[in-house]
Amino acid sequence: MNSVASTTTQDTDDHGPAKGIKRWLFTTNHKDIGTLYLWFAFIMFLTGGAMAMVIRAELFQPGLQIVEPHFFNQMTTVHGLIMVFGAVMPAFTGLANWMIPIMIGAPDMALPRMNNLSFWILPFAFTILLASLFVEGGGPAFGWTFYAPLSTTYSGDSTALFVFSVHIMGISSIMGAINVIVTICNMRAPGMTWMKMPLFVWTWLITAFLLIAVMPVLAGAVTMVLTDKYFGTSFFDAAGGGDPVMFQHIFWFFGHPEVYIMILPAFGIISTIVPTFSRKPLFGYSSMVYATASIALLSFIVWAHHMFTTGMPVYAELFFMYCTMLISVPTGVKVFNWVATMWRGAISYEVPMMFSVAFIVLFTFGGFSGLMLAITPVDFQYHDTYFVVAHFHYVLVTGAIFSLIAATYYWLPKWTGVMYDLVLAKWHFWCSLISVNLLFFPMHFIGLAGMPRRIPDYSIQFAGWNQLISIGGFAFGLSQLIFLVLVIKACRKRGAVVNHQVWDGAKGLEWQLPSPAPYHTFEKPPKIE
Amino acid sequence: MVSSAQRVLLLCLFTGIQVLPAAASESSINLRKGVTDISHQVYDLHMTIFYICVVIALLVFGVMLYAMVFHRKSRGAKPANFHESIKVEIAWTIVPFLILIAMAVPATSTLIDMEDASQADLTIRVTGSQWKWHYQYHGHGIEFYSLLDTPMEQIQNKWIKGDDYLLEVDKPLIIPTERKVRFLMTSDDVIHSWWVPDFAVKKDANPGFINEAWTRVNEAGIYRGQCAELCGKDHGFMPIVVKAVPPAEFDSWMLQQKEFIRQAKAEEQRLLAMSMSFDELMAEGEKVYGAYCAACHQPNGAGLPGVFPGLINSVVTRGPVADHIEIVLNGKNGTAMQAFAKQLTLKQLAAVITYERNAWGMNSGDIVQPKDVHLHKQGQ
Repeated sequence: MNSVASTTTQDTDDHGPAKGIKRWLFTTNHKDIGTLYLWFAFIMFLTGGAMAMVIRAELFQPGLQIVEPHFFNQMTTVHGLIMVFGAVMPAFTGLANWMIPIMIGAPDMALPRMNNLSFWILPFAFTILLASLFVEGGGPAFGWTFYAPLSTTYSGDSTALFVFSVHIMGISSIMGAINVIVTICNMRAPGMTWMKMPLFVWTWLITAFLLIAVMPVLAGAVTMVLTDKYFGTSFFDAAGGGDPVMFQHIFWFFGHPEVYIMILPAFGIISTIVPTFSRKPLFGYSSMVYATASIALLSFIVWAHHMFTTGMPVYAELFFMYCTMLISVPTGVKVFNWVATMWRGAISYEVPMMFSVAFIVLFTFGGFSGLMLAITPVDFQYHDTYFVVAHFHYVLVTGAIFSLIAATYYWLPKWTGVMYDLVLAKWHFWCSLISVNLLFFPMHFIGLAGMPRRIPDYSIQFAGWNQLISIGGFAFGLSQLIFLVLVIKACRKRGAVVNHQVWDGAKGLEWQLPSPAPYHTFEKPPKIE
Repeated sequence: MVSSAQRVLLLCLFTGIQVLPAAASESSINLRKGVTDISHQVYDLHMTIFYICVVIALLVFGVMLYAMVFHRKSRGAKPANFHESIKVEIAWTIVPFLILIAMAVPATSTLIDMEDASQADLTIRVTGSQWKWHYQYHGHGIEFYSLLDTPMEQIQNKWIKGDDYLLEVDKPLIIPTERKVRFLMTSDDVIHSWWVPDFAVKKDANPGFINEAWTRVNEAGIYRGQCAELCGKDHGFMPIVVKAVPPAEFDSWMLQQKEFIRQAKAEEQRLLAMSMSFDELMAEGEKVYGAYCAACHQPNGAGLPGVFPGLINSVVTRGPVADHIEIVLNGKNGTAMQAFAKQLTLKQLAAVITYERNAWGMNSGDIVQPKDVHLHKQGQ
């Protein structure tokens, strides 16, 4: 901590950011770009959330009330695409931009102009995707998994727009991933050896490799959909010698690692926050690194567990079942590590810790249902029901999104220099925690009882639970507006000024910088003991 | 004493419980046990894994909760500094691994049983199409389509919904109990998935490929399911109803069906020799249109612009009659328009084409007779 004084004084030649809109358009500063990513992700989160509200409003009662089935399918599809590619992934990239250079003692990302480009193509991608909802015939309505031939022969004309926007999202992700890898490999401060890197940096490094491995596969899949639909190819059409099941293999070869792309950085965040508020080092740093790497490797050989009902040789089903079950071992190691870190610590419950504890419990719920889904014979009953919807919302909302919220509460004082409104933050936590469980927990029940997913109307036996779920959904959506108000207030510097340390138990280079972090940091690399 | 706030809370709780009908009854919150040996195995497997998860959760969250309460800073807890223990790490890697093996053994044997569709007593081909099921009894010449039977008025909230809302069809699949029935799944258009929870059978119907599944039902009864793979606009409206009957009853049902088919053929022949009246054709046509065409082309004939073409004054309904018959009989390649030649009788085809040329104010006066359709079919 005694290097604080020196890092503060090194900012005397800080020329500061440009003024007005140009600052944001032309910025190559990792903090500005991080901020842009985070705001973009938040806007997309609210947009995708609004679509979820439409879905839940229609499902409030049996019968068709508010929207037509065709529009309902557009809502489920675009909700999924926006939440995955527009909210969760850019939010993690935003955190990477803000925090990785600071955490490893680098002055900026390695490729700042590419960094600017990789952000600024994103708004175009999502403008195209959202605009496709307004073309004749409506937007994509084939689910975010866009299975052929529903997305080829049987889709509307907006498919071309969908393909183009996914291409742009993919290019953005790949550029972002390259930047993360190059930065981490080349720009660590002297003495920051691999096994001294903060876990958030480690998990992001592994995530970036996953991104580079699978985003081109997604690009290939959408390109084949495009040529099948418009240029007479038959990749996925049996009548022309193709195979619709091959589409699913290609899609899920991307799709499964994609799941870990959205959760590995979350593991990094929780592994940062839990030690801080337990005032005790992470129980097993190196085993956490190895567990992350093994989850990443395993993620490449489990894809067909999304396709057990598609029709596979029984030995293939067994292989994918065993590999999938195996993933729960390193994931378990992580959960045990967090609990062991809390054990005999001196725990206090600041808001980031509240969200982290909720993460550990609720993400583990998602892990349990994931283990159940891995068991092929039982998966035949769970597959494509609300049980699956419950599962992936537990890992994505109370997993990925809760970790993003926890990260924001953890680093927001560092970004803005003020402590956010703690009363609002606690309201946000309790409202979110209660409503999110009201929203997603009963989905397990209706899924087991037999309600398929992606249907705009359902038989009357599911009416009661669906009503409760919708109420939970509206409440969860509204709760996020508390968060919006809180963040805006903090950005306008309404709140008590904080010092450089912010949290007494926090470790890491970012806490040596003043709060708010100056525009340029670590132009001279810090010393690492 | 219960304060007024508490009273309100209690009231909310109780009304909440009443809102959830039969929340306590097993079937509304858990998997159904079903009516086959396989479905019982699957149910037991499900419960075993569930209990294992509950035990692990209690242990892990129990330890965590203890730490959360007793190792709080506000209670004066001083942080320990222990970390990194190879022994502990190995233990919490090996133990879960052993639990997994214990889970994998019964799962493997159940799965191998489920995938063995050999030596079936009866084979039924199940073909999905947007948005109905087609059942063909191999080697018996019996086949029929099975469509949603819930009236549109119930879906649009004009009528009270029935008990089997969205889970009722015009012609259920009839299978015998105590016999091994093999299903061959395929599709005419997009991917569908045939699912009956009580049999623990869910298998995708892929266009151009055939999947296998089987069941042996122990109890006679009516079992309901739904399409489980997103298949377009009316994915939520293509239920499956299976009626399992004792073997003797099934055999007599088969004989009866064969007799019906003979009668229907004779009726067709009779129809070819005569002409139906315009009103008769229009009345029948409206019924057929509502059941087979309205899902895409909409009840008012306007279609969904950009997805399904409208029929009012379109090139087909205003064009030559022969082209109209052709597209209804054989569909249109590369689009969602299906071939209806095998789905509908000559009478139904003639009626629906007549209806499409005269409804919605078009009043072309064109009349298509069953024999016109028959001639067109012969001409190919």
